[in-house]
Amino acid sequence: MKKFTRISTIKPTISAILCIFLSLGALFTVAADSTFLHVSFDPTRELYEEINKSFLKQWKEKKGSEFAIQQSHGGSGKQARAVIDGLDADVVSLALSYDIDSISTKSGLIDANWQKKLPNNSVPYYSTIVFLVRKSNPKKIKDWDDIVKPGVSIITPNPKTGGGARWNYLAAYGFAKRKYKSDEKATAFIKALFKNTSVLDTGARGSTTTFVQRGIGDVLITWENEAKLSLDEEKRSGKNTLEVVYPSESIKAETPVAVVTKTATEKGNLEKATTYLEFLYTKEGQSIISKHFFRPTDAATAKASAKEFPNIKLFSLSDLGETWDSAQKKHFADAGVFDAIYKTQ
Amino acid sequence: MLIETRPYKKIHFGISLGLTVFYSSAVVIIPLLGLFIHSLGIGVSGILEVFSDERIRSALFLSFSVGIISAILNLFIGFLFAWVLVRYNFPFKKLLDTLIDLPFTLPTAVAGIALTTIYSQKGIIGSYFETWGIKIAYTPIGIVIALVFIGFPFVVRTVQPVIEELPKELEESARCLGATPFQTFYKVLLPELWPSILAGTGMAFARSIGEYGSVVFISGNIPGKTEILPLLIVTKLEQYEYEKATSIALVMLLTSFAFMFLINLLQDRASKKLS
Repeated sequence: MKKFTRISTIKPTISAILCIFLSLGALFTVAADSTFLHVSFDPTRELYEEINKSFLKQWKEKKGSEFAIQQSHGGSGKQARAVIDGLDADVVSLALSYDIDSISTKSGLIDANWQKKLPNNSVPYYSTIVFLVRKSNPKKIKDWDDIVKPGVSIITPNPKTGGGARWNYLAAYGFAKRKYKSDEKATAFIKALFKNTSVLDTGARGSTTTFVQRGIGDVLITWENEAKLSLDEEKRSGKNTLEVVYPSESIKAETPVAVVTKTATEKGNLEKATTYLEFLYTKEGQSIISKHFFRPTDAATAKASAKEFPNIKLFSLSDLGETWDSAQKKHFADAGVFDAIYKTQ
Repeated sequence: MLIETRPYKKIHFGISLGLTVFYSSAVVIIPLLGLFIHSLGIGVSGILEVFSDERIRSALFLSFSVGIISAILNLFIGFLFAWVLVRYNFPFKKLLDTLIDLPFTLPTAVAGIALTTIYSQKGIIGSYFETWGIKIAYTPIGIVIALVFIGFPFVVRTVQPVIEELPKELEESARCLGATPFQTFYKVLLPELWPSILAGTGMAFARSIGEYGSVVFISGNIPGKTEILPLLIVTKLEQYEYEKATSIALVMLLTSFAFMFLINLLQDRASKKLS
């Protein structure tokens, strides 16, 4: 009687399975190489869906060839980390230049001088930080000073876990620093702000959900495009419970883009990637951008959409005398200002 | 025809063993080793320094205390569920039995969002408690609720088969010998059930220590108050501080492992006493 299947019959089976696996693997690498991947942060999903459609149409008209663009969205820092760890992105568009810098310094996939490669410091569009309040503004919130008053409940995401949330923080800090002209007073202001914060979600979308859907809090500190999107959504579902409040001044939240040079070159996508990002600066690209509530950098488009974007005083990070590196070290790194706020409470 | 099988407990370096070793290394051993190596970069003193931070210590305390509270609650709730499911018949029993597995399959973020909706100040249940001045969502109570939700199936599914296997004669003879229902339960049934209850509770505990998805939604994530350890790991990763992140993970892993080991030991002793 035969005891077990003889080893000689198993061997060919194993090699057959191995062959299948290997060829599948090869197939996947080929497939991965022919795709074009855009890694972006959370609130740009709808924007890039439309951008991609227009761009691919134009590309086909000009070059006669077709390809598909894959999109990946998530928290800005998370996305940067994924690219560092090997996600095959051809281009990235993130919430802050610090994240693209991190990719560049930690992995070398992006050239160190990436910000010089595209117009306007590689920032095709920007946004700012505004307030979303309940209808008819029951707490009479007009400016940053009003939200740190006792009894106001603030919703804002955690700057340690969300890249976008760092813009919120720096907007408040910048306002106080410019108004009171002292670091200590600005820190005290930030402290009062986070003392009033009742929920610290991990990302901007989470905060919007807490404020809009769950009805928690009096004021949501949020990106202008996110605020406008919420109003837009309410309008579509026939509700009317929210209002946008523009503070006297706020930060210019610059959201940069970059070609992941090394990956794009390896995949043979360098030309596509460069043209793709350049498309963002064209008339067509800019008008799609303004349609999705991001502020266009092109002067003519900005003029045409001026009604959408009230003219408020905007300061940039460099106006505060900071770079992302110094701001990161001072405020958000361990034992920075943000950590100190919660230590003394 | 007679089918011959290999004898148990004899070492065969066959293909099956090879595959088992390969998969367990690829999926469990190598990643865990990576964790050790990553965190060894900052050394023991570095790890101690990470935990000298007040914020991390309070998150450690919070994570373990809500873990213990929810595990104890799960012990009772899970046991009750298992008991009812085995001993009683009622309409839709099969449906309830299936529903218990839901927390296993549901993405925990979905559970977190759903629980927050219900338990927030404006939610169906939360608004009711609000009138009593009790806040559930965005407090440790909310975290415990999320952990009970994700943990109780572990207890149910480990205890259920043991209750099913209990011989009916055991109970009957105890009653015939004059034991009250309580005595029967306490002196006859419970000793049989202890090992599995402990095992299920231990698993629920270990699961809740590492739970992230459902908790970040319901906790409010206020540092020093409702911030849990897994969130701090994510925070560190977001700041590209891999070593600090892995060293927190390492401490969690070792502590959970110690707990599991202790529970296994207790379970072993309990079952030895029985036999």
